[in-house]
Amino acid sequence: MATELTLTAKDFKSDQEVRWCPGCGDYAILAAVQGFLPELGIARENIVFVSGIGCSSRFPYYLNTYGMHSIHGRAPAIATGLASSRPDLSVWVITGDGDALSIGGNHLIHALRRNVNLKILLFNNRIYGLTKGQYSPTSEPGKITKSTPMGSLDEPFRPLSLALGAEASFVARTIDSDRKHLTSVLRAAAEHQGTALVEIYQNCNIFNDGAFEVLKDPETRDAALLRLEHGQPYTVDGVEHLHDVTDPDPTRAFALSRMSEPTPIGVLRAVARPTYDSQLNAQLDQAVTERGAGDLSTLLSGSDTWMVR
Amino acid sequence: MTSRVEETGSTFDESHPPGGGKQVRRLDRVVIRFAGDSGDGMQLTGDRFTSETAGFGNDLSTLPNFPAEIRAPAGTLPGVSSFQLHFADHDILTPGDAPDVLVAMNPAALKANLGDLPRGAEIIVNTDEFTKRALAKVGWSADPLDDGTLAEFRVHPVALTTLTVEALKTTSLARKDAERAKNMFALGLLSWMYHRPTEGTEGFLRSKFARKPEIAEANVLAFRAGWNYGETTESFAVSYEVAPAAKAFAPGRYRNISGNLALAYGLIAASRQSGLSLFLGSYPITPASDILHELSKHKNFGVRTFQAEDEIAGIGAALGAAFGGALGVTTTSGPGVALKSETIGLAVSLELPLLVVDIQRGGPSTGLPTKTEQADLLQAMFGRNGEAPVPIVAPASPGECFGMALEAARIALAYRTPVFLLSDGYLANGSEPWRVPEVSELPDLRVEFATEPNAPDGSDGFWPYLRDPETLARPWAVPGTPGLEHRIGGIEKQDGTGNISYDPANHDHMVRTRQAKIDGITVPDLVVDDPSGDAKLLVLGWGSTFGPIAAGVRRARAAGGKVAQAHLRYLNPFPANLGDLLGRYDRVLVPEMNLGQLAMLLRARYLVDARSFTQVSGMPFKAQQLAAVISEALGGN
Repeated sequence: MATELTLTAKDFKSDQEVRWCPGCGDYAILAAVQGFLPELGIARENIVFVSGIGCSSRFPYYLNTYGMHSIHGRAPAIATGLASSRPDLSVWVITGDGDALSIGGNHLIHALRRNVNLKILLFNNRIYGLTKGQYSPTSEPGKITKSTPMGSLDEPFRPLSLALGAEASFVARTIDSDRKHLTSVLRAAAEHQGTALVEIYQNCNIFNDGAFEVLKDPETRDAALLRLEHGQPYTVDGVEHLHDVTDPDPTRAFALSRMSEPTPIGVLRAVARPTYDSQLNAQLDQAVTERGAGDLSTLLSGSDTWMVR
Repeated sequence: MTSRVEETGSTFDESHPPGGGKQVRRLDRVVIRFAGDSGDGMQLTGDRFTSETAGFGNDLSTLPNFPAEIRAPAGTLPGVSSFQLHFADHDILTPGDAPDVLVAMNPAALKANLGDLPRGAEIIVNTDEFTKRALAKVGWSADPLDDGTLAEFRVHPVALTTLTVEALKTTSLARKDAERAKNMFALGLLSWMYHRPTEGTEGFLRSKFARKPEIAEANVLAFRAGWNYGETTESFAVSYEVAPAAKAFAPGRYRNISGNLALAYGLIAASRQSGLSLFLGSYPITPASDILHELSKHKNFGVRTFQAEDEIAGIGAALGAAFGGALGVTTTSGPGVALKSETIGLAVSLELPLLVVDIQRGGPSTGLPTKTEQADLLQAMFGRNGEAPVPIVAPASPGECFGMALEAARIALAYRTPVFLLSDGYLANGSEPWRVPEVSELPDLRVEFATEPNAPDGSDGFWPYLRDPETLARPWAVPGTPGLEHRIGGIEKQDGTGNISYDPANHDHMVRTRQAKIDGITVPDLVVDDPSGDAKLLVLGWGSTFGPIAAGVRRARAAGGKVAQAHLRYLNPFPANLGDLLGRYDRVLVPEMNLGQLAMLLRARYLVDARSFTQVSGMPFKAQQLAAVISEALGGN
């Protein structure tokens, strides 16, 4: 940027009325994102938020950047096309546990393995909110909901395990109500080159209230949380480990992604790997270097023509 | 247009070259079909013969026909792959109803194609493959070469495999590898029979096998051996000349081109002419994959190709790229369109340009992946939830795929809408001579992105749905443009501001506005070909049926019938003069490779008593078949 940007959270608020339920965890995430975006130092017009469908996917309407509210589950695919053809943009995907892990599971895993330069914020409230309270792919087994009056039967996904299995280069978890931690994770995700998956535990106070209460209650949270810091030690079952997010071997990160008591938060993995978009665009440059810029007339003629006079 | 009648039997002159050489006959047209196992290289053989023929200056039309299996069990009927080529000294319209010459590489190829041969057709058979076991595989207990089965044909038994192996004796190739060159021996023989130029094929083989010079030389040797065999052996007493089709073509530079190649070039040209970079999001599917393959070769044109994880991601990425200011394209076939429908609906709502290329194949479901059909018209027209109109264009020949790709792009860019281009397996794989256009002839497709706030209240706001009063297109403001930050999405928008709106009156207005925008697209008037000027019957088609319909119409006219012909390239919206034209004729006949989808639209839209003639066999219509239908519609005259 040629000129110093002096944007504030206010600059990222759109003129649209926010319409989540009062008390929804999404408000806190929106405030944290609006508060964080100025520190990126990127002009508003160069930021794009793409979402799918669900409560969280209304997010782009409330940000004064470019945005697209797309189709259930398809935001990573749409964002892949945008980020691949416009590497100058900062592209963010807003999704939820149903959007990303159920209907959109395929696009999520492929975006992660490709390592397109996308920041995916997965709001996990372990419930379907916008369709009024069915169980989700992250709901605990036996969940009693409108669609499962005798209890749900599915084994839930662990989103971070799934992401690591899909060869994700950046995987992190944070909590809606912990603004400081949320902001630090957003910062790390933004700095990462490639696809970053950030799972944000988010409270749905209407259909699944208190799902993460033990992680938030000042009485219980210190014991319930395992706060990960790169370069700092952490202890599991009495054994101390040094947390290294850059470890090329994902085994430790995977072990952390399986833990629930305590629940790890912070960055689990952040490894450097070439991004899809930079490599795609490098191939375009390479093709021009090797063969020269394409000439339409030569292309259309091909090598085998004849004249009719 | 010439008044020459197509496909009513060849005429020929005979000549004997001085010195008692072989007899040469002059033909005005020939239909040759190469047939063999899927692994015998029949498509390559056909392609090469086509290339020689195109270079020689004949008019031509081709019909590749192959199974969906890559290598079906050898020697079986389902494994037969064939390539038919029609070439002439005048303009022709179809790959021909029936072959004059069949090259059969094995018993299965003979049996599978025998029923298509007219009396007196020539058959060249590879006798080496006519073993008891091979005959039994296709249910022949006796050898048809000996038992009178082929009595009404002119049969040339040739030990193709043995002769090929013999010719390659001097090479170090193992017998098995040497045998594989037998298709080139056959090509050489046919090249001699029809006086085809051979330099092109030799050059092609050397470059195709550049990394395996031994294989290249073996193929060239086999090719030459086949040619020499024709020249020297007594079993081929006659060769044929088909003069170049000097009058069939307007002056210019020509090349042979298939529909998929022309389409890929059309997309690159559209990118150049619009100044937008091309982004193709696609998932492999027959018979569309060749467009993905072709475009992926041209990254030096700024073409980005993205092989997605599925059909939905293919179109999703293309739409995302379109949001970013690219020319977004997705290519697929019918089953893929079904998966993309929701995203096409989103593109209708977002009002962004997007090209959806559907290379139709037999359906429903997986259907007939390698066969042709035009049964996706109503899917393209209506196959989405809600009122979601999408323009549709359809090329009528392989070469037209180029121009229609530019047209699809013109409409998409000017009106900010997804556009369907409906091609099919017949156009995609078939080929014809094509006049290479000068770049200066191509249309200017440049677009202007929005750069300034446009709020009518004079504020510095941007209204993403403030429309151009003439086209009803909304402004295209791409990310990166300061001050125009805005949000779009699939939820209903207030016209103008683009804010979410559940207002009943606004929804009604938006539904009607989106429809009006598509209805108002400018497309060229439909042109009718009616040499008599007073025909009472109009034959109306769309898409790849153009060739067979026109050939059928020529025949009917040659028999004295007065018949008008018109062909739709624009199916949504229809040309403005279509209703008026339909009203001028007593009868309207609509041949389609579906169960009457265009006829249904015409009846609904214009209250015209359009009569369908339909065939859904996976194969194109034959000229003779349509001539008979037209004759019947004319009242048997």
